[in-house]
Amino acid sequence: MHAPLGLRAALISLLLCIGLLCVWQVGTARVGATVKLDPDYARLMGITVTQGKSAMPGPADVGAKIWQHLKDPFYDRGTNDKGIGIQLLYSIARVLTGYLLAIAAAVPIGFVIGMSPLMARALNPFIQVLKPISPLAWMPLALYTIKDSSLSAIFVIFICSVWPMLLNTAFGVASVRREWLNVAKTLEMSPARTALRVILPAAAPTILTGMRISIGIAWLVIVAAEMLVGGTGIGYFVWNEWNNLSITNVIVAILCIGFVGMLLDQLMAGLLRLVTYAD
Amino acid sequence: MSFESRLHADAGLAAKTCSCGRHSSQAVHSAAHASQEQRLDRMIEAAVVRAILPDDRTRRALFAKLGAATALAAISQFFPLRGATEVFAQTAPPEKQDLKVGFIPITCATPIIMAHPMGFYAKHKLNVEVVKTAGWAVIRDKTLNGEYDAAHMLSPMPIAMTLGVGSTAIPYTMPAVENINGQAITLAIKHKEKTDPKGWKGFKFAVPFDYSMHNYLLRYFLAEHGLDPDRDVQIRAIPPPEMVANLRADNIDGFLAPDPVNQRAVYDGVAFIHTLSKEIWDRHPCCAFAASKEFITANPNTYAALLKSIIEATAFAARPENRKQIAEAIAPANYLNQPVTVVEQVLTGRFADGLGNVKNVPDRIDFDPFPWESFAVWIMTQMKRWGQIKGEVNYASIAKEVFLATDTTKLMLEAGLKPPSTTSKTFVVMGKEFDPTQPEAYIASFAIKRAS
Repeated sequence: MHAPLGLRAALISLLLCIGLLCVWQVGTARVGATVKLDPDYARLMGITVTQGKSAMPGPADVGAKIWQHLKDPFYDRGTNDKGIGIQLLYSIARVLTGYLLAIAAAVPIGFVIGMSPLMARALNPFIQVLKPISPLAWMPLALYTIKDSSLSAIFVIFICSVWPMLLNTAFGVASVRREWLNVAKTLEMSPARTALRVILPAAAPTILTGMRISIGIAWLVIVAAEMLVGGTGIGYFVWNEWNNLSITNVIVAILCIGFVGMLLDQLMAGLLRLVTYAD
Repeated sequence: MSFESRLHADAGLAAKTCSCGRHSSQAVHSAAHASQEQRLDRMIEAAVVRAILPDDRTRRALFAKLGAATALAAISQFFPLRGATEVFAQTAPPEKQDLKVGFIPITCATPIIMAHPMGFYAKHKLNVEVVKTAGWAVIRDKTLNGEYDAAHMLSPMPIAMTLGVGSTAIPYTMPAVENINGQAITLAIKHKEKTDPKGWKGFKFAVPFDYSMHNYLLRYFLAEHGLDPDRDVQIRAIPPPEMVANLRADNIDGFLAPDPVNQRAVYDGVAFIHTLSKEIWDRHPCCAFAASKEFITANPNTYAALLKSIIEATAFAARPENRKQIAEAIAPANYLNQPVTVVEQVLTGRFADGLGNVKNVPDRIDFDPFPWESFAVWIMTQMKRWGQIKGEVNYASIAKEVFLATDTTKLMLEAGLKPPSTTSKTFVVMGKEFDPTQPEAYIASFAIKRAS
């Protein structure tokens, strides 16, 4: 008698989660030794000193904090203090803008590279040099030339998420089966029609895979970029709470970042399933 | 040297006989000019001309070719000199009401920050958004690219920017000092036995920025104790919010940092306060309110209103009885994002030192907006001492150009404060007197230095 695979996997996930929470709880519940302090002095000090509490919050603290954020995710108490929901929306808007721009650039160029071995060779050195550059290395240059921190963040998203899409599109286009192209030729289809009706559907799964990798990268990059330029966004939230040494809020933000990243990835995975075909 | 002398093609950079160097005395000079020139406000005119033609040679060439009067007429075609000369006219409404001012979340920015929740900006009909910023390089770039109208900076930054050290040269001005004192040398708690700086060889220190009073004060302090700050220890730039985390992680042994970083490290039990910066140089300047020359010439009324709000906020903060109230206003997440007790300990000067003692130093931090030109000269001597700038430095004229003591004097009077009657003074740093008229001799007097 076996339960279905999905159920068993879920059970193991749950056990792992409980296990991790227990280790976390035990690890942080320990109360260190406290020295007897003058009450006047103690009043000026933090709880790590007065109560010997660990600087690391326990799962209960984080849970309470998450609840507090979930209850009121969209508050706005001034320029530098907005709810976590607003911050996430800012980040998502930036990521999508940069990402859509990257799609607009990567897919056509990828097509050209994939269809022309000449262009593939000619552009290859540029792609190879630009691809491995870290987003943070672009930031000072972007701030200096674009002269706008929000646009700079979008530019950094663009430049970092364009490469996987470009390479995957080129690869997908280049590896469309010869026979299909030959059939198109025999039927005297125009090049544009061939590109849209034969190559695009054939390369779609590879292109979508590139897009799925790219959205992951874009989401990774936004947090770093926002930590650097500040202002708004979930990256700024992390930085602001780090500033306050509030590890609890940082953990909450980390969980949110992971959760939204997963949603974005699942969205792309769903799209990918739509275009996948059996060979 | 006066502003007007710059309008003359052949003016030298040092005063000779009169301010323009063409007359036998200042009296003859004044008489000649009063009769031959229209009575425009020369000081502001000169500032506008310099903003439009920042390059000295171009400006002199133009004035030589056209003559001062023609050149000014030409310039006033496309720049309303009249408007600019009325900079501090009381009645004029600000040209621009919605402003963005950047700040770094440290107590040095107290006047800039508190002016928002406590209504000092609103009083002057300004709608200022104070924007928290991640680091000094970012605040510099955002001000350079016009996202911020004005910003909280470290007082050496406008000088460095005007000189073009560490960034492109852009004429920058610093019309007000934010705070005096208010920094400290803080060491990791594991070093609590090592109170003598002579034993700090091999330590790793952090300062907030290369062009900061923190860097110069730490270097000065170490050098006075016989340690070469470049060879015997390591000094790196770490943004203030990351300092405590780095200290806790044992990445650094200590820092000379702005508050509330020092007090926060004590509050979290990872460090103790070794020396308050006031013990190095009592009433030293630290942070500054800065704006580009372009902003102040294009929006003179806005600039005056903004500066007045800052000066009034500074005056309010200077009174010890207001400090508790200010601490509560600026501690929330929208501003400093720190526990109130930490900010309060910094501002009131009744603080825990990290070794179990409660200390009482009311002037641990104080607020005085006056941008003494001699402060700028001292900063430049240290820049040169440590090799950040090389060659000839025109100390006095750069100090005058960047630290706008004249504007501050005027606005302090209007705000009912008593500005000092001079713009330069001598002061003592670790027992050694500084004479602003002898900067080169001062540099030469140090045994440990990079400048040859």
